[in-house]
Amino acid sequence: MSQSVTNLRAIDPSPAAERQPAVAQPAIRIRDLHKSFGGLTAIDGVSLDIGRGEFFMIVGPSGCGKTTLLRILAGLETISSGAIEIDIPAGSQRPENAMVFQGESIFPWMTVWNNAAYGLRMRNAPAAMIKERVGHYLDRTGLTRFADYYPHQLSGGMKQRVSIARAFANDPEILLMDEPFSALDAQNKLLLQEELLHIWDEQKKTVVFITHSVDEAVYLGDRIMVMTAQPGRVKCFIRVPLPRPRAIIELQKAPEFGELIHRIWSELRDEVQRAREQENQDAAQDKRAKKEGQPS
Amino acid sequence: MSTQTIVAAPEQSFALSVRARERLLGIASPIVLLAVWEIAARLNFIDTRFFPAPSSVIAVLIDMLRSGELISNTLVSLRRLALGALIGGVPALILGIAMGLNRWVRAIFDPLIAATYPIPKSAILPLALLIFGLGEGSKIFMVAVGVFFPVVINSTTGVLGISSIYLDVGRNYKANRWQTFWTIALPGALPVIMSGFKLGIGIGLILIAIAEMIGAKSGLGYMIWTAWETFSVEQMYVGLFMIAIIGFVLTVLLNEIERFIIPWKRD
Repeated sequence: MSQSVTNLRAIDPSPAAERQPAVAQPAIRIRDLHKSFGGLTAIDGVSLDIGRGEFFMIVGPSGCGKTTLLRILAGLETISSGAIEIDIPAGSQRPENAMVFQGESIFPWMTVWNNAAYGLRMRNAPAAMIKERVGHYLDRTGLTRFADYYPHQLSGGMKQRVSIARAFANDPEILLMDEPFSALDAQNKLLLQEELLHIWDEQKKTVVFITHSVDEAVYLGDRIMVMTAQPGRVKCFIRVPLPRPRAIIELQKAPEFGELIHRIWSELRDEVQRAREQENQDAAQDKRAKKEGQPS
Repeated sequence: MSTQTIVAAPEQSFALSVRARERLLGIASPIVLLAVWEIAARLNFIDTRFFPAPSSVIAVLIDMLRSGELISNTLVSLRRLALGALIGGVPALILGIAMGLNRWVRAIFDPLIAATYPIPKSAILPLALLIFGLGEGSKIFMVAVGVFFPVVINSTTGVLGISSIYLDVGRNYKANRWQTFWTIALPGALPVIMSGFKLGIGIGLILIAIAEMIGAKSGLGYMIWTAWETFSVEQMYVGLFMIAIIGFVLTVLLNEIERFIIPWKRD
């Protein structure tokens, strides 16, 4: 099967099994994916499998192409080369994916209810289904009371809840989440992470979740992919063996938790450092270019 | 011997009293001006042939109200304004949004609009008369032209100003072209489009007055023009007053409409 295709650039000391991109029953299979913007290589030969029902986390330094990878999966970017296969069960009526965006993505001109119903309305779902689904997920996100509110009347955390309700209500095969909690304060973040886990537990959909927070990756994920600094490559895969359902507060006491955090950090540290050096170099180059461009 | 006491002014009450004073001055200044005008006219300090006393203007206004002349001319002008705003505004809205959404449409129409926009709209009145004759057509056309430009320009700007994340959401949730128009482009651009309409209707009001002065048999512009011809200055002031009132009422009305169709801006 997919084991025959290998493109492993990972060079890490973790157990061999975790370096394998392949899983038993992949919902998403990515092989040797390349993406460049003009002369800039954003993603350089990424291969990975994401299992059906897996909560898959991607961490990496800023500018490593993780958002680009997610946007490709969301159909918002094209690929330069490589292959992506998304396996949808035969006869599935569900849309392939729904994305929870970083930053404010709910429409200011729609009420909470209409925002949450957006995906279903766009695919002309029957009214009864819209009512049932939207009602359910607004309930699960604690927004029922705010159904008729406009976004400007909500806090940042509530807006992100609407965005999550919108994605879940659309009932996709795959949920894509692009640092959905990064703009929230620590307390709200914790609350939403727990809520997300609860909602996810209902159906255990396949999730691809991007974060720059190592803690978040361990709290939520079944498996974590660490990416290298630009150009984005797979550095390693790390399995999170913590049992579910998880209570985030309890996790912090578990000895495995500390170990995992430590391990991910040591993988990530070099990359963050490298990303920073790159930035410095770029800035220096810009400066030089400017100087040379100046008439003497 | 000296004692100094420093008392911190209670800020809020100070701010309130300033606002109250502002409002009072806003009401008082026109009243004072009218009073001064009235006195000056009665004492013959000013030439009443040009500046008739406000009381005599009001007397003429009442006469004209009684005879129905004022109402009928006002309604005629309002009808032309409304039809012109519709005929100019709706295509401008559609074209503007299309230009905002599609770069090719923008590439085709942008230069045309940029080239024709600076032409003073009043300068095309003779052309309008030539094409549409002396009837309603030329008046409505002038208003339509006046409304068209600000609406088309603001619609394009409004759509281009929509944050790209909303368009990404539309694409991710598989909204088709039509759905994107109705659920993202139109509501997202609506606040900017509304200010285009407000601007356009202001320009339309200017143009209707001008258009009715030449080759018209009715309307407020015609009324003002005939007042000049018959040297009935009071009637002229009545016409100017009426146009000012229409402008004011339309502004209030458009603000209300804006509050109604853009409820997400309400607080």
